[in-house]
Amino acid sequence: MTVDLPAATSEPPAIDAASDPSSGAAIPPPRWRHRHLLDVDVLSWQDIELVMVTADSMKEVLARPIAKVPALRGHNVTILFYEASTRTRISFEVAAKNLAADVVNVAAATSSVTKGESLIDTIRTIEALGADTIVIRHPVSGAPYLAAETFGGSIVNGGDGWHAHPTQALLDLYTMREHLAGGSLAGRKVTIVGDILHSRVARSNIWTLTAAGVDLWLCGPPTLLRGFESWASRGAASGRRFTVTSDIDAALQDADIVMALRIQRERMAGGLLPSLREYAARYGLTSERLETVHPDAIVMHPGPMNEGVEIAPDVAAGSRSVITDQVANGVAIRMAILYLLAGGGRG
Amino acid sequence: MDGRQIMTADEVRRATIRISHEIVEKQAGTAGLVLIGIQRRGVPLASRIAAAIEANEGSPIRVGALDITFYRDDLSLASAAPIVKGTDIGFDLNEATVVLVDDVLYTGRTIRAAMDALVDFGRPQAIRLAVLVDRGHRELPIRADHVGKNVPTSREEVVRVHLVEVDGEDNVTIERVAPVGELAGAVG
Repeated sequence: MTVDLPAATSEPPAIDAASDPSSGAAIPPPRWRHRHLLDVDVLSWQDIELVMVTADSMKEVLARPIAKVPALRGHNVTILFYEASTRTRISFEVAAKNLAADVVNVAAATSSVTKGESLIDTIRTIEALGADTIVIRHPVSGAPYLAAETFGGSIVNGGDGWHAHPTQALLDLYTMREHLAGGSLAGRKVTIVGDILHSRVARSNIWTLTAAGVDLWLCGPPTLLRGFESWASRGAASGRRFTVTSDIDAALQDADIVMALRIQRERMAGGLLPSLREYAARYGLTSERLETVHPDAIVMHPGPMNEGVEIAPDVAAGSRSVITDQVANGVAIRMAILYLLAGGGRG
Repeated sequence: MDGRQIMTADEVRRATIRISHEIVEKQAGTAGLVLIGIQRRGVPLASRIAAAIEANEGSPIRVGALDITFYRDDLSLASAAPIVKGTDIGFDLNEATVVLVDDVLYTGRTIRAAMDALVDFGRPQAIRLAVLVDRGHRELPIRADHVGKNVPTSREEVVRVHLVEVDGEDNVTIERVAPVGELAGAVG
């Protein structure tokens, strides 16, 4: 699969100027103008800032005695997942319920999909049943785009094939900003280790993190980095820089943020990895390997984890780990996205 | 400054101080009293009223900020739903007397939303309402307990409160605008 990297569509990350609340009426508040969230590649830096600020308010709501507001009352959010998922599906469901939306869950395994109903027919049926927003996860890259062509409401991509997982990239960005002193990511070293090849999480994070101006490193066995070197050299021409390496020690040296990715056994064709044990020995995140990272570095993982493979159990549960924060922030980010797509933030 | 001025900086200051006296008189003291300003200009107004009460009574008054964006009844309308500005209520509302503070009272829908929001934080003993300007045209059975100035208006007019903390100056103006729904809904 090749993904072309167009020139950066977003403004340079002028984080300090754009988000200073004391500047008041001087800077007009940004407007949300997207009907769908299919990928992060169409989001400007201002859009991303608006999602982050809205998520701040959602976190405040989550901290209340009654963590529920009526913003989406009467709004139907249908969650249509063609792939197994625990945290993303529950996260969207909790997010929608916290905004008082009506939530319908469709698990493809128990729906008419098993009788051969096409994606388009399924979307039309769900629309006829009153959905305003559909959150879709699909094993085929691009499926949410097909759904968006058919559906009259908003489509949120909850992960499609190897392509994109926009809410994960946004919650990762939010979590990183929360944990770094000053909140600015510009110039920080972020290392993503693991199965880059099959990872929609990595692909979406490349967009948001290069837009944020981080020093991004992708690390894994050469077979799981295939195609990314040429992407990196093309990206450099358009100002989106990242480093691709199989040298885990160089990748971890002085890193501010280390993100482990799951070894996706279900997507693994034969021959890409000699064995899980060899992968764990060469690339697994262990406390010994993390001795060279920045003293305040954090460790992330989008889940679900293969503990003992890409990440050692003591690292996953250790003091550097912000993995449970990622899960909690996921709810706030998804509340923000559902709210903005439903019309909040149009000003 | 656009429009006709209906309150000067001095009048805004005196109205704020008078409201602070009225609040204490009605409450017969400051026990259990908290002020919550509605974003955006209700927040600095609440801080000013609290400071005036503190200066007169010598006891500190807790002040919170409330954003009612998520409680509005017009999210589905085009061009509605402003950007959220944040809620900060760092104290318990149970058994408290809450004085809601806003700049302009108009249709009453903001106050309806604010009361919906407040009861999610606890069960106040009482909720009262203080506004700098009451411009009439209520659409809900809501009234203010403390009013800085009553201003008869038409629906084609817009009342704008300016505060130093937000706008760099203190005054209230009124101006006639073309009957555009978006603008009429922008205040109150």
